[in-house]
Amino acid sequence: MLDFVQQLVSGVALGCVYGLIALGFVLVYKATEVVNFAQGDLMMLGGFFAFTFIGMLGLNYWIGFAGAVAAMALFGMLAERVVVRPILGYPQFSIIMATIGLGYFLRSVAGMIWGTDDLKIETPFSQGVLRVGSLVLAYDKLSVIAATMILCTLLWLFFNKTTLGTAMRASSENMLAAYYMGIPVKRVVSVVWAISAAVATCAGVLLAPITFIHSNVGLVLGLKAFPAAVLGGFGSIPGAVVGGVLIGVIESMAGFYLAEGWKDVAPYVVLLAVLLLKPEGLFGLHVRKKV
Amino acid sequence: MRFLFKTSYDDDIKLFPHSGYVVSYGILLALLLIAPYVLSSYLMSQLVFVCIYATVGVALLILTGFTGQASLGHAAFLAIGAYTAAYLQKYNVPFPVYFLAAGALTGLIGAMVGFPALRLQGIYLVIATISFALIVEEILARWESVTNGNEGMRVKTLSLLGVPVPRDSPAFYFLCLAVLVLTIVGTLNLLRSPTGRAFVAIRDSETAARSMGVNVALYKVKSFAISAAITGFAGVLFAHKLSFISPEMFTLQLSIEFIIVILIGGTFSLHGAVLGAIFIVMIDPFLTYLKDDMPGIIAGIAATFGAGSATAANVQSKVAAFASLNGLKGAIYGIIIVLFVLFEPLGLYGRWLKIKLFFQLFPLYKRATFKRQKIYVKSERNR
Repeated sequence: MLDFVQQLVSGVALGCVYGLIALGFVLVYKATEVVNFAQGDLMMLGGFFAFTFIGMLGLNYWIGFAGAVAAMALFGMLAERVVVRPILGYPQFSIIMATIGLGYFLRSVAGMIWGTDDLKIETPFSQGVLRVGSLVLAYDKLSVIAATMILCTLLWLFFNKTTLGTAMRASSENMLAAYYMGIPVKRVVSVVWAISAAVATCAGVLLAPITFIHSNVGLVLGLKAFPAAVLGGFGSIPGAVVGGVLIGVIESMAGFYLAEGWKDVAPYVVLLAVLLLKPEGLFGLHVRKKV
Repeated sequence: MRFLFKTSYDDDIKLFPHSGYVVSYGILLALLLIAPYVLSSYLMSQLVFVCIYATVGVALLILTGFTGQASLGHAAFLAIGAYTAAYLQKYNVPFPVYFLAAGALTGLIGAMVGFPALRLQGIYLVIATISFALIVEEILARWESVTNGNEGMRVKTLSLLGVPVPRDSPAFYFLCLAVLVLTIVGTLNLLRSPTGRAFVAIRDSETAARSMGVNVALYKVKSFAISAAITGFAGVLFAHKLSFISPEMFTLQLSIEFIIVILIGGTFSLHGAVLGAIFIVMIDPFLTYLKDDMPGIIAGIAATFGAGSATAANVQSKVAAFASLNGLKGAIYGIIIVLFVLFEPLGLYGRWLKIKLFFQLFPLYKRATFKRQKIYVKSERNR
């Protein structure tokens, strides 16, 4: 029983990271119907920025964190401006390919700049553990869970209570109609990319004590975050987090209770099963077109 | 320029619209046939890889280009073909039998992937095929009694009707070339048949195709099966060419390379698949060239323009250091994909068409001929 709870907590913590990356997918998809295959690589880059600020320049953890988030928000805007905006409105396949290319590029360039070794960030949470009875919970895992909850609340408030959030929802419904209604669609899309890069950075920095940062971490975790986003139904913010947590728990349970090898495959098996039974995901809306 | 007057419906579906096609492709084929007696063994080896990649490219084109079903899982089909060949070869099954068996098995698995894909669209399909590929990769690594796990499998020399065909021999090249040519001709024939036209109808509009009486589900599964089977055939050749296969050869990276093949060539034409294959295979020799010769050449240029020998040596070492960065290939892939999607979505073949049209219409060329349409209104989410 104790093992089970222990696995559950570490699964939830890992799942929150997947959820944060999936959140990035969902934000961009919600606003622009673009699936950003480079999301994991944005996370990786955010981790590297944080490493540069904290590990190499020796800044305070929180200042370095904020600096990395700000830098990545700018970078997200830049990527949107250069790669995505010219092909907005073209078939999805082109955009998927463009973001795959962007991811490739970021991965190689990060490898060239920061090398291929595993890097580590010292965080205020990396040492301590919380003991509840005979249960041992590491602070770094708890910090991931707490940060995910805070970020989700903020994003929910942003989307539902602010004008800009409403504008984003409108442009995701129908970009052209939103444009005619006076919504600055281009600026909205820029902001969405900035937010999603910032969220990815949070994931990268929080993850740093759990799995180290290296140039391929984005690909590995990005591929895990896809099932998370799909399970939740692409386009639903709570869905992304719930999907992420589910994937994390499934993965750690499979790693503990099933034979070796199931750990990496179980999320995808579950994903294929869900896609077969409910193609629009657990929280997705099934929209029918009226003729 | 040549005017083609079509007077019957048959003119529309001719394999060779006019004699120019026969002449130019005949010359190309003749050049390819004498190639092994002219080119170096290294280039021949590259040419074999071009044939294999082009075959997979054509297969992917049937699925992605003509039926509109994106797939990032073709490395898995290639792996299934390769492993079937390697496994059957252990029991001394003759080449023609395991060649066909590999195609049949891969086609069957392709159809099985196609069934769940019926309910999926766009991004969901891409993710489902990625999941399929990752699961296959894991199975190959874990099913040790059949695949020998991560240690990989050795593939024996191909023997056709008792005659050994070593992987570097001209005969092996001719075999690969024959498979490619048969695939291309077969695909051309497929495309002018009702099946092929149904594929294109599904790509253009699924709703319209359904209302015209096309059985969308059947043709989607068919498209998956045909594409997978051809990839399986290519997998057999791939295994023989490498003479050793292991699970880490068939990663997502390879699937992406196949997508690059059709993307760079142009997602709508068979020429494109071949051009893209040439590109993908030739990037490695190009990088080697960049690493070995380029620094010297640039230093030479610097020296001619009056730079001192110290500066020239400095330039040479800088260029050499840049060329030997280990992520360079990935960065070049990334940049090339992005540039093609942004500026030349029709690929290399599209560029050729534009050049041809420019000369055909010389004083009257219009840039807007190839302009793409934006579709802000059409949401893929609720179609």
